[in-house]
Amino acid sequence: MTNETANGTDALVIAGEEIGSRLIMGTGGAPSMHVLREALTASGTALTTVAMRRVDPSARGSVLDVLTECGIRVLPNTAGCFTAGEAVLTAKMAREALGTNWVKLEVIADERTLLPDPIELVEAAEQLVDDGFVVLPYTSDDPVLAHRLERLGCAAVMPLGSPIGSGLGIRNPHNIELIVERAGVPVILDAGLGTASDAALAMELGCDAVLLATAVTRAQAPARMATAMRHAVEAGRLARLAGRIPKRRYAQASSPFEGLASS
Amino acid sequence: MRIVIIGAGVIGLATAWRAAQGGATVTLVDPAPASGASSVAAGMLTPVSELSYGEEPLLRLGLASRDRYGAFAAELAEATGLDTGYRDDGTLQVAFDADDLKLLDDLRAFQESLGIPVEALTGRECRKTEPMLAPGVRGGLLAPEDGSVDPRRLAPALLAAGERLGVRLVRRRAEGVLVERDAAAGVRLDDGTGIPADKVLLAAGPWSGDLGGLPPGTVPPVRPVKGQVIRLRTPVPFLRRTTRGLVKGSSVYLVPRADGEIVIGATQEELGFDTRVTAGGLWELLRDARELLPGITELEFAEVTAGLRPGSPDNAPLMGPTALPGLYLGTGHFRNGVLLAPVSADALAAMLLDGPVPAVAAPFSPARFAPEQQ
Repeated sequence: MTNETANGTDALVIAGEEIGSRLIMGTGGAPSMHVLREALTASGTALTTVAMRRVDPSARGSVLDVLTECGIRVLPNTAGCFTAGEAVLTAKMAREALGTNWVKLEVIADERTLLPDPIELVEAAEQLVDDGFVVLPYTSDDPVLAHRLERLGCAAVMPLGSPIGSGLGIRNPHNIELIVERAGVPVILDAGLGTASDAALAMELGCDAVLLATAVTRAQAPARMATAMRHAVEAGRLARLAGRIPKRRYAQASSPFEGLASS
Repeated sequence: MRIVIIGAGVIGLATAWRAAQGGATVTLVDPAPASGASSVAAGMLTPVSELSYGEEPLLRLGLASRDRYGAFAAELAEATGLDTGYRDDGTLQVAFDADDLKLLDDLRAFQESLGIPVEALTGRECRKTEPMLAPGVRGGLLAPEDGSVDPRRLAPALLAAGERLGVRLVRRRAEGVLVERDAAAGVRLDDGTGIPADKVLLAAGPWSGDLGGLPPGTVPPVRPVKGQVIRLRTPVPFLRRTTRGLVKGSSVYLVPRADGEIVIGATQEELGFDTRVTAGGLWELLRDARELLPGITELEFAEVTAGLRPGSPDNAPLMGPTALPGLYLGTGHFRNGVLLAPVSADALAAMLLDGPVPAVAAPFSPARFAPEQQ
């Protein structure tokens, strides 16, 4: 979904709200609060997701404090939930604690793969949408499931590139293209990115945004990788909007041979 | 020189002892000495296997402290007749699957780039070193100079050593710092009485940020980071040395003691001042420990505890003077309080007594978090 806003700027809009960057960050895996702060700042992100089961909103010096101090909007997520029941409960606790009805919905099938459980995911998404949440579901890269989630009323769909934390990049670019083609809500590539070219590819495929954490937080120099990701997302987005050339079998000289000056 | 130290964990206790050796009159204030992280910690002395990218100064501090431990433990034993359970028989770090081995290879390359000797072992060699390891273990690293100490023996020994040199222990809560003429002049206790001092050291771990009377800019940026730890008991030799494992991307360690205790740790949770033991915390520790050493399920369960590490924004301690003259910080040691006790005590005692401070402690001044630098 390519959405140029009314005033002509190329902004990411989710549920009617403009988000200042197409790079959405996660916080998991950061070696320290200091490194996290540097990386988030370098990424230029405007929206960052936090696992509600892993923070106490009333505690001092937490990840939430870092986000507040950096002026970054918090997107609570339901990481660690295996059932729709747990995910719905966690989302409601997040709404109460943080005063936001936005939630990144994660319902995980098993710990080894951390792949989404599609049946529980749909169940939880239904309940949360009905309850007035702005639901951003983390889904597998299945175009049918992604479309189903959109029809349920989800505000975006977040297909994975590959399993969480794997750094394997986008394993099925064709599926991502199919999801993008059909989507009427923003498509946010979530999970599996390893390096900057992966993020650029996601945007070239037409995704509206990218969400990543591990690729930055576990890099040797997280702030540097965050800068790389920021540029990659911008580059990929511009390339998508610019329209790439068709691929061809044989060369085509960039300057014409005809009309060369002859001596 | 009258010094009051707030907090009798391993850092406060060790500094009190060193400062008393230096001739100071030292008072320790703590309602329950050595009852925080110092009573929960496993006592690993493993700066090499703890190494993280970007934390090289902390590695140097950890190595300096580890290298002081032998003499430190011997001196304590001589002064008090108490054993600290100190061991320097190396630490084995193993990888459970191929993904874990890649992480370990990455760590080894980083360790070697810093000139730290580690020995790479195959899975077979790991199991020869520790026969109880699971057959699937893919490989490991042996850090031959890392070791462990028993914090539950260390803390009483430090207190006894201090008391022999006249360190006074006041079992009350410190409510605030007394300030006179824009300088720290002592500590106010929860019964309203005050203890005058020339210098005050705030070493109250995760509670260091809660002390009253601190002027703006001197409140240390520390937060509690919860850790759950299990203690098992074995009547037969089960594990020879401290063994850390990467198990399907998750970390676990087991620290054996001479008396048959095996400490399994530790979760790392950002939940404020919460010390509840949870089903999930226990399950994760036992799950990973059992993957690594299937035989642990046969051992006797002894204890489970949850403690609070004093986390700082960059995981490194805050040691040195503050914007309030006379007030010093010795906190924020996070996962490394026991390891860093000897070098921290030397550095903090030197600062309090205006002696030469070890150069390795210089990067850890609280000034690095001063508001104007942010």
